Amino acid sequence: MDNVVDVEKNFNSKLEKNDFVEPKDWMPENYRKHLIRQISQHAHSEIIGMLPEGNWISRAPSLRSKIVLLAKVQDEGGHGLYLYTAAETLGASRDELLGALHTGKAKYSSIFNYPTLTWADIGAVGWLVDGAAIMNQVMLQRTSYGPYSRAMIRICKEESFHQRQGYEIMCRLCFGTEEQKEMAQDALNRWWFPTMMMFGPPDKDSPNSEQAIKWRIKRETNDELRQKFVDRTVAQVEFLGLTIPDKNLKWNETKKGYDFSEPDWSEFYSVIKGNGPCNKERLEARNKAHSDGAWVREAAIAYAEKKKENILAA
Amino acid sequence: MKDSQGPLWEVFVQKKAGQPFVHCGSLHAYDKEMAIENARDLYTRRSEGSALWVVPAAAIVASSPEDAGSFFEPSNDKVYRHPTFYQIPEGVKYI
Ligand SMILES: [Fe+2]
Ligand SMILES: [Fe+2]
Repeated sequence: MDNVVDVEKNFNSKLEKNDFVEPKDWMPENYRKHLIRQISQHAHSEIIGMLPEGNWISRAPSLRSKIVLLAKVQDEGGHGLYLYTAAETLGASRDELLGALHTGKAKYSSIFNYPTLTWADIGAVGWLVDGAAIMNQVMLQRTSYGPYSRAMIRICKEESFHQRQGYEIMCRLCFGTEEQKEMAQDALNRWWFPTMMMFGPPDKDSPNSEQAIKWRIKRETNDELRQKFVDRTVAQVEFLGLTIPDKNLKWNETKKGYDFSEPDWSEFYSVIKGNGPCNKERLEARNKAHSDGAWVREAAIAYAEKKKENILAA
Repeated sequence: MKDSQGPLWEVFVQKKAGQPFVHCGSLHAYDKEMAIENARDLYTRRSEGSALWVVPAAAIVASSPEDAGSFFEPSNDKVYRHPTFYQIPEGVKYI
């Protein structure tokens, strides 16, 4: 039997070699805890994220847009399931994880506490929110924990249509009537800064993230990802003929990237604490879905038990 | 783990007939039928497969990573199991 020093050395050398850590490998308790927290928060974000978009399924403006939105929201549900099972490989149970979400103990991405007021919001969410999520998830394909990485690879494959369908909606609106374009601008105005917050607080205020980088759970910092996102998005906004609601947005030749304003971090912390426009609604909807589904789970358990008896009797 | 979500199943997908079944993830389900249908809905939404296996996670026996060294050691020193170990004189063809 290896001693603790050896297994720890082994773990560290795996990280150095960019090898993956697998469920049965020895890992530091804090690495495990960090992963359970991060992966389950990620899973919660996927399924809570179904709500603001689900809001528009019944009111999508065409049959085509309705089936597209349905397929996207269904994908997000699938993403939640991949991630929950990845978290379970670390010893957490599904009931425990869902319980933490339903009681408000666990967090999910603050972005989903904003309302989707118009059809243009569905465009903005697919384009910007999924765009930002993809940037984060592409990085996480190389995360050090094997099951998390594999879930991310699947998810990234599926995400590729999510952002495109959002941008397609924006294109239709921006090259449509004056009124439609205004709707698109209004959506951009409301979603820009909340999207910037998705990458998390600035590096200097994000103590967890330094450790996550050391463990290679994350491969890029919050600020690096945010910068990359802005640099890639500006041209897409210009193509639409829209304006990013930030007076300080300006190309910086020396850093070969854009300068931009930080989002209002006090708003971010306040939304995380539960004071966003939709926190209450989201949590209620999730709790209702879960308790409304209780009879299905109970019936399924009873049916499985009954069939087991039959097998024994036969 | 006792859970209201039913037992855990591991899912294996075969892309095309003749290819190996590859592990793609896991899911919860209460019985076999539900497991295979959930696997279809969760892991093959974009025709990723032509066949599926679901296996109760509890039925899988896995080697332990800590012992991987000694467990797989017997094959490390047997270079003669590889074709490159053997020298064939130049000019001999089709071998
Ligand atoms: Fe997703
Ligand atoms: Fe998505």
